[in-house]
Amino acid sequence: MTLEPSERVNAVPPSGIRKFFEIAEERDDVISLGVGEPDFSTPWAARDAAITSLEQGKTSYTANRGMYELRAAISENVGERFALEYDPDEEIIVTSGASEAVDLAFRAFVDPGDTVAVVQPSYISYGPGVTFAGGEVLPVPTFEEDDFRLTLAGLERAGAADADALVFCYPNNPTGAMMTEDDLEPVADFACRHDLTVFSDEIYAELTYDDEHTSIATFEGMRERTVVFNGFSKAYAMTGLRLGYALAPPEAITAMNRIHQYGMLSAPTTAQYAALEALDSCDGDVEEMVSQYDRRRRFVISRFSEIGMPCFEAKGAFYVFPEVPDGWISDEFAEQLLHEQGVAVVPGDVFGEGGEGHLRVSYATGLGDLREALSRIETFVEENEP
Amino acid sequence: MNEREVLELLRENARYSTEDIARMTDLEEEEVEATIEALESAGVVRGYRAVVDWDELEDERVRAEVELNVKLDRETSYSDIAERLARFPQVRALRLVSGDYDFDMEVEGDSIREVSQFVSEKVAPVPEITQTVTHYVMTSYKESGIEFGDGDDDDRLSVSP
Repeated sequence: MTLEPSERVNAVPPSGIRKFFEIAEERDDVISLGVGEPDFSTPWAARDAAITSLEQGKTSYTANRGMYELRAAISENVGERFALEYDPDEEIIVTSGASEAVDLAFRAFVDPGDTVAVVQPSYISYGPGVTFAGGEVLPVPTFEEDDFRLTLAGLERAGAADADALVFCYPNNPTGAMMTEDDLEPVADFACRHDLTVFSDEIYAELTYDDEHTSIATFEGMRERTVVFNGFSKAYAMTGLRLGYALAPPEAITAMNRIHQYGMLSAPTTAQYAALEALDSCDGDVEEMVSQYDRRRRFVISRFSEIGMPCFEAKGAFYVFPEVPDGWISDEFAEQLLHEQGVAVVPGDVFGEGGEGHLRVSYATGLGDLREALSRIETFVEENEP
Repeated sequence: MNEREVLELLRENARYSTEDIARMTDLEEEEVEATIEALESAGVVRGYRAVVDWDELEDERVRAEVELNVKLDRETSYSDIAERLARFPQVRALRLVSGDYDFDMEVEGDSIREVSQFVSEKVAPVPEITQTVTHYVMTSYKESGIEFGDGDDDDRLSVSP
């Protein structure tokens, strides 16, 4: 058959959240706590800059790696915020969302047959991305008793010592977990000792509530083996503008750019203008969003504890990851909750190993809806008590 | 510390229940109660009012921004004049401002006639007031930080990774 999908495509099953999306879209009384993007609009100053750039007719391609001014602004920002020193000329590439950066990295550094250790539960794209690049996925589960942090024991138990690369995302989607400097140190040691390439997705770095984010690339011996991904989607509520970037040493960016220049050419120009303005003048908007998320986070954690569903104290991103009550599996709980009460959440098992028994609940939703959704969950739990 | 957080929440929505404020701040309900009382008795929180979009109602409400220029003398200060004006219930807000005029006064009434009469009969005759300029409000787009548009619909996908 002419349009028979490739083996790589056939090897990747459709996403487990599809089912929930379809049910939720059919009904109009659903409150969704299943959304993986901010409920805020892009700060007005950034939207205004995008509009102005369109009015001025700035609609041509940019340099493959993105506008120099934007790379310079990114360099300054990550230097100040996270002590990440990257040269705008050679060590930064602007991409269509951090997702493109992740995909470029897998394709640039994973050879067929290479093993990539994927720390889970995690954002659902890493495994498929590795497969599309021809690599093998080695799941590295994390556990609630470790606050879903990656530990040395966890890496060893999963057999990550024999892997070629390691990918993780902290602050984490779906758990809301964070890795402190002390937590990262043994991971950095392990990566150096076993000569692992590290892909660090730091897209939620700005959304932390107790401690500041630390990047693994700042540890000794890590810069030369790490690609850092970040972007504007989460911190600046710019998901639809599709703008992210990768930070890595010059040879690595050159390799990623090789693919990017043929595949994407350059990231959307309008979005680049919005991003430039976001870095320039929207710190206050980010602060305000972070304080809103923080209130909701505390509200949601309090409510789950009142409902009697234990919920680990999420430290970053905009998700909590409560346990389903005894006797339930995540998928059935989520499906029945959606049918009976019209509340959409995502079952933890779709995020890989270590996710079963949990639900991902997004608090990127206004407080009124959160309050109502949590009341419905409370009713559901009471009505379904064994 | 708590005061600041509770105050911010009340400024955002004064109808948040004590229970919800407690959940959002990790305080006990009693602590929230006490903090609000302290804010009120210290005069930090002076009141709670609804933000109304009059355009959405049938009955008309007339509002005007009035610029006032005053001439002070040895016996009369800005606060003396302000105190005298602020006592009128028609005056919704009164501020001393920098720039071309001295006071910025918000007046509200049931009709243009009522507001005009108030300005001409009660405000203009005050001896220290040398000039009044009355601007009637035609449409309000944003009040107390709340935009009066239709708002943005949540058009996000209902479930996304």
